[in-house]
Amino acid sequence: MSAVPKPGAPQTQPEKRVATPSGIEVPVVVTREMAGDPDPGLPAAYPFTRGIFADGYRGRPWTIRQYSGFGSAEESNQRYRFLLDQGQTGLSVALDLPTQCGYDPDDAMARPEIGKVGVSLFSLSEMETLFEGIDLGAISTSFTINGTAAIIYAMYLAAADKQGVPREKLTGTIQNDILKEYVARGTWIFPVRPSLRLIADSILYSNEVSPRFNAISIAGAHVRDAGCTAVEEMAYTLANGLAYVDELIRRGGDLTKFARRLSFFFYVHMDLFEEASKFRAGRRLWAKLLRERYGVTDDKALHFRFGVVCGGSSLVAAQPYNNIVRVAIENMAAVLGGAQSIFTCAYDEAFQIPTEFSAEIALRTQQIVRHESGIAATVDPLGGSYYVEWLTERMEKTMLEVMGEIDAYGGVVKAIEDGWLQRRIAVRAKQKKDATDRGERIVVGQNQFRREAQADSYGEVFRLDPQISARVLAKHAALKRERDAARVERSLAALEAAAATDTHNLMPLLIECCHAYATVGEMVDRLKRCWGEFQEPVRL
Amino acid sequence: MSSALSPGPLVGKRILVAKPGLDGHDSGAKVIALALRDAGAEVIYTGLRKSPEFIVRVALDEDVSAVGLSILSGSHKELAREVLEGLRAAGVGDIPVFVGGTIPPEDAAGLLAAGVKGVFTNDMPLAQMIDELARAFA
Repeated sequence: MSAVPKPGAPQTQPEKRVATPSGIEVPVVVTREMAGDPDPGLPAAYPFTRGIFADGYRGRPWTIRQYSGFGSAEESNQRYRFLLDQGQTGLSVALDLPTQCGYDPDDAMARPEIGKVGVSLFSLSEMETLFEGIDLGAISTSFTINGTAAIIYAMYLAAADKQGVPREKLTGTIQNDILKEYVARGTWIFPVRPSLRLIADSILYSNEVSPRFNAISIAGAHVRDAGCTAVEEMAYTLANGLAYVDELIRRGGDLTKFARRLSFFFYVHMDLFEEASKFRAGRRLWAKLLRERYGVTDDKALHFRFGVVCGGSSLVAAQPYNNIVRVAIENMAAVLGGAQSIFTCAYDEAFQIPTEFSAEIALRTQQIVRHESGIAATVDPLGGSYYVEWLTERMEKTMLEVMGEIDAYGGVVKAIEDGWLQRRIAVRAKQKKDATDRGERIVVGQNQFRREAQADSYGEVFRLDPQISARVLAKHAALKRERDAARVERSLAALEAAAATDTHNLMPLLIECCHAYATVGEMVDRLKRCWGEFQEPVRL
Repeated sequence: MSSALSPGPLVGKRILVAKPGLDGHDSGAKVIALALRDAGAEVIYTGLRKSPEFIVRVALDEDVSAVGLSILSGSHKELAREVLEGLRAAGVGDIPVFVGGTIPPEDAAGLLAAGVKGVFTNDMPLAQMIDELARAFA
């Protein structure tokens, strides 16, 4: 037991760290005056600092949405049924890199990656298998898909058609945020401008035929994990969001209508109050931007709805069980920030696909936070805290400054095409790594508090079935033999012809390609013929 | 870490930093590239989504002193093997190859046995990585 300080003894040294990870200097104490005598108002009232729903999580608990998927559709279908049986309320589909980058499994670039980081969905046949025994009308499904998002959305609609589920009943999300792919996640295919067209096509189509489905989730998560700060994560994401708004307006979209279906996605890292404040600041900044710059008045259109992921690069391979604690803290930050859906990473996710054991702990973490901690009993429990209101204000201001820098450069599209934004993030990542190496940023178990001769125990090791690649290739070959080749060719030719013009919405054509069992690679190849491929600017 | 005043430990070395396969996580590769440059090396970065054949060709054309592969998709074994085989087939099997990324400890041994000269994970300090490289060139 540590010694209790004697009365009158000098205070212990203040913590060395006096800034948040975003670099905002933190006072030893924040007074009412410093916070500007804050009154954050009520939830569900503009600008929504305290949240978008009057009854918070009481009326609408957050969706527990664990990201999973690996191997072939059969394996993933089994994992989904397991997760649904365990009380998970929404599915989140991880796709393998060939599907994400638009290659068929038999392409030379695809072969080493089949089924590795997600499930292979090369055609509607696989989507049907993936959801066998799962009623698409009864669950909400999120797909982390970008370069081929319009195709996967078309495939999902086709799968619903096959199940006899009306399209308007579908709920879920496709990530469909290509701008950040160019900056951080790397699954781009086409150049920026035709990619924006494809995104607008899918959003406008979805607004009509599947109005409860989120056809875009504008994501800051990946730029964050690539190294930028919490403030930059929000600023870059809102800047991208406005770029999509501009594109949709240019395409004749009804702003009030499509803005209701825009959703967002972020990482939560370890600084509890900065993360919670980030969401409070982002939520009200988005509402203000839409109201002040675009004249939106409809409350639902101003609502900033977002999902989060807890973990990612904040997880550490050294002493991996500590990650369970990290994820629990991040989970709390997400709830305090008012997230609509939460994914908690498994403790072993820093180095492998989670095992059923680690995946279950990640799920139980959310259930403990929800049912035991009391954190969700009242709306925005941090509201009115001098520190949190002060920090929310500071972060909002800094976010606007960062957005101003992008505007000054010429906007996000130019910043991405030139590689300017990519370079900024790489430099940030280097700074973060240097700070870690110097020990200024403490990572428990890694650069501090290591045991002598630490042998990290990882528990059970996940092993992907080595036969998966062969099985996927066999299914792909069988599909190509058995399908109606004439219908495939007709549907692909129609797609290519429409892509060559600027006026067609490509969604109905993609859906027909999916129904014909055309493959993802075939559809992408036709579009590449019209649009070419993105040329990555490499600037260091 | 080298300062602007002292020559870095990797001065005179040309190092290829490559992203084989479809993995799009390039933050690590870029951090490494910047660190190598700080240490005095001349760095050639391929950008994303390059085939092993392409990487071997660049290694030859640019006459590099070492190749670093960054892989976070779990395909490190296949991709590293293909690059090693390609370099050997091109008669430059002596160019040292290093692998970085999400490499489970039990896979690192396999990579080393296959001919990879060093495996770097993200918890390794950059200075230590630079030291290992400098030793490999000594």
